[in-house]
Amino acid sequence: MTSETAPDSAPENAAKHKPAPPQTRDLAASLKDAGLAALITFALAAPIMGLHTMSLPGGGGLAIVPNWASVFISVVVVFVGRLLLDLFVWRRVVQIPIGDKWFRRPGGMPFARHAHRLGGVAGPLLLGFTIIMPFLPFSDRYIMDLSILVLTYVMLGWGLNIVVGLAGLLDLGYVAFYAVGAYSYALLAQYFDLGFWVCLPLAGILAAFWGLLLGFPVLRLRGDYLAIVTLAFGEIIRIVLLNWYQFTGGPDGISGIPRPSFFGLEFSRGDDGFAAFFGLDYSPMHRIIFLYYLILILALITNFVTMRLRRLPVGRAWEALREDEIACRSLGINTTNTKLTAFAIGAMFGGFAGSFFATRQGFISPESFTFIESALILAIVVLGGLGSQIGVVIAAVVMIGGFEYFREFEQYRMLIFGLAMVVIMVWRPRGLIATREPSIALGKRKAISGDLVGEGHG
Amino acid sequence: MSLSQSQTAATPEAATSEIVAQPGPWDDDPVLKVEHLTMRFGGLVAVDDLGFCVGRGDISAIIGPNGAGKTTVFNCLTGFYKPTEGMLTMTQAGGGQYLLERMPDFQISAHAKVARTFQNIRLFGGMTVLENLMVAQHNPLMLASYFTFGGILGLKHFRTAENGAVDRAKYWLERIRLLERADDPAADLPYGAQRRLEIARAMCTEPELLCLDEPAAGLNPRETAELNELLRFIRDEHGTSVLLIEHDMTVVMEISDHIIVLDYGQKISDGTPDHVRNDPHVIAAYLGVEDEEVDEVEREVETGEA
Repeated sequence: MTSETAPDSAPENAAKHKPAPPQTRDLAASLKDAGLAALITFALAAPIMGLHTMSLPGGGGLAIVPNWASVFISVVVVFVGRLLLDLFVWRRVVQIPIGDKWFRRPGGMPFARHAHRLGGVAGPLLLGFTIIMPFLPFSDRYIMDLSILVLTYVMLGWGLNIVVGLAGLLDLGYVAFYAVGAYSYALLAQYFDLGFWVCLPLAGILAAFWGLLLGFPVLRLRGDYLAIVTLAFGEIIRIVLLNWYQFTGGPDGISGIPRPSFFGLEFSRGDDGFAAFFGLDYSPMHRIIFLYYLILILALITNFVTMRLRRLPVGRAWEALREDEIACRSLGINTTNTKLTAFAIGAMFGGFAGSFFATRQGFISPESFTFIESALILAIVVLGGLGSQIGVVIAAVVMIGGFEYFREFEQYRMLIFGLAMVVIMVWRPRGLIATREPSIALGKRKAISGDLVGEGHG
Repeated sequence: MSLSQSQTAATPEAATSEIVAQPGPWDDDPVLKVEHLTMRFGGLVAVDDLGFCVGRGDISAIIGPNGAGKTTVFNCLTGFYKPTEGMLTMTQAGGGQYLLERMPDFQISAHAKVARTFQNIRLFGGMTVLENLMVAQHNPLMLASYFTFGGILGLKHFRTAENGAVDRAKYWLERIRLLERADDPAADLPYGAQRRLEIARAMCTEPELLCLDEPAAGLNPRETAELNELLRFIRDEHGTSVLLIEHDMTVVMEISDHIIVLDYGQKISDGTPDHVRNDPHVIAAYLGVEDEEVDEVEREVETGEA
């Protein structure tokens, strides 16, 4: 787009044809602002960091040990950081050319304006990092297990994002499809002795089928009513799994679920195992790394398909459905089918993730598929920003990683979780990445502010 | 539609208790024929035994005071309401006939080729102007993408169809002078532009009958003139018949070929603009009269209806 666009969208381009803007970066104001921030830091840091109490040996009471160096460092860091941000990132004033004059107006939220570029820059970086991650020195068994967990939730978040973020259908029972996927694999393996690679697509198809089954009766419902029915559906699946003892093993669950093979090579110590075939020393880490790449590929497929679907008519119809269902119908879009495809495709990815979960754990029971799982996945999608793929990744890393990090504070975990939710909802009510990227553009793609994007009511 | 014809219809002896529907060319080859349309909401009869024809290639207008049932008629036509009684026959130029009262709403747009706009604009606000027009071409694109499967694989067939759809969108954006704003969210557009975009979006479904619910509401005189021009363009260049609800008499009288007047759910007049303008029923019910004529017209109407 050239300077013909709306004046406020292209000040930089317009600047080429206009006299230069007057200097507006007010250094004095920025210094004052940074000074104020430093003062606040000092007031906070002096008693907290500056004064340490130490109990004197022999029960002789407390002594105060001053630590002014760390106070000084934190004050300087805040001052310099705030000044730099103020001058170069926040741009306190944006200049708009109208006619021959320049008009000043306060700059918007910097993060909101540039967040959509995050996907372009951070996406490839994150992807590169995740690919080399297993070979980094700090990647021990614990880190890899945690990463697999995080990736599972990223995949689930991406799957649910289709239903909630794109189609705007609030689904509180997503875990049901996760459970269907997991039990499909476990039961098919148990009764028909099928391997993981055969069961993976079957689990997805079965979960999609259950998605359709749920979709049909609930299509007339909207908003809160839909949420309640999907919540009930999630619970029904779990309770059926719990009580159908002869078939599913009930609360005992299913154990001994076969592990996936690497194109027929088992990750075992024997001569025909993966390690022996490639002439490696046997290590249990091989399987972990294999599982890691497996879920990474599954998640990337989810992402790829979702991004592709967004640019196809069906994806646009989902988003249009979220914006205005009545207008959709007036344009000849079969809203019933459109909702059903969203449910089915979202459920299918849930099913894939479920069968991965089963093969990774080797044991599943209905306890893994409680409502809190649905809530957690939904929280990841909502906090990340409805419809934003990179937002889901950030939210999943923060939430699942954070959950693990605070494992020592078992009792306070939910408290911190709740507090984080409140903070996010106050700070960024539409999620971390609230902007929407257009699915098609004639010129340059411009992110659409989250304020304009509909949330969906059905 | 000639002036003399309408004036003969408006002579005092026409203003009897019988509503005089002026016969016109619209009866010969109607694109839409409404017969005995009745819509009841509980005890309220919103539309009462209404019948009219919309001529092919005409701009027809439904006018009437607030609450006369105009939007209800539209909602029946486009399937958002199921009429209590009546038959709505859509006849396409190719000869295909559709009974609209029997079709689900989305099929009316998809198969019968009746598109509509809304009184309170219903754009996809968070989607760009271009995306709005692409959503309107959902059905042909869906076929071209082999119901998504071909599209995921990125088949050439779909890409060609998509480029065609973008070209059509560009054509309409140029027509409504929004091409420069194609990548802006629809909710960011000024009100008048949103109205135009909604009409363009409806036209992207390639309708044979375009139903516009108060397209000139909230427009300034210049925008209204542009709207008139756009509607004439749609009729003349695309052969699309237009049916509109409008309160703005400058629009109605200037561009309509045929006007139907409703009051309390009943048709009180039907004919050319001149016929309707001179119909005492309409004058009394809706348009108002000049002060010095009030007594005369009231007498006329009273004696006529006595």
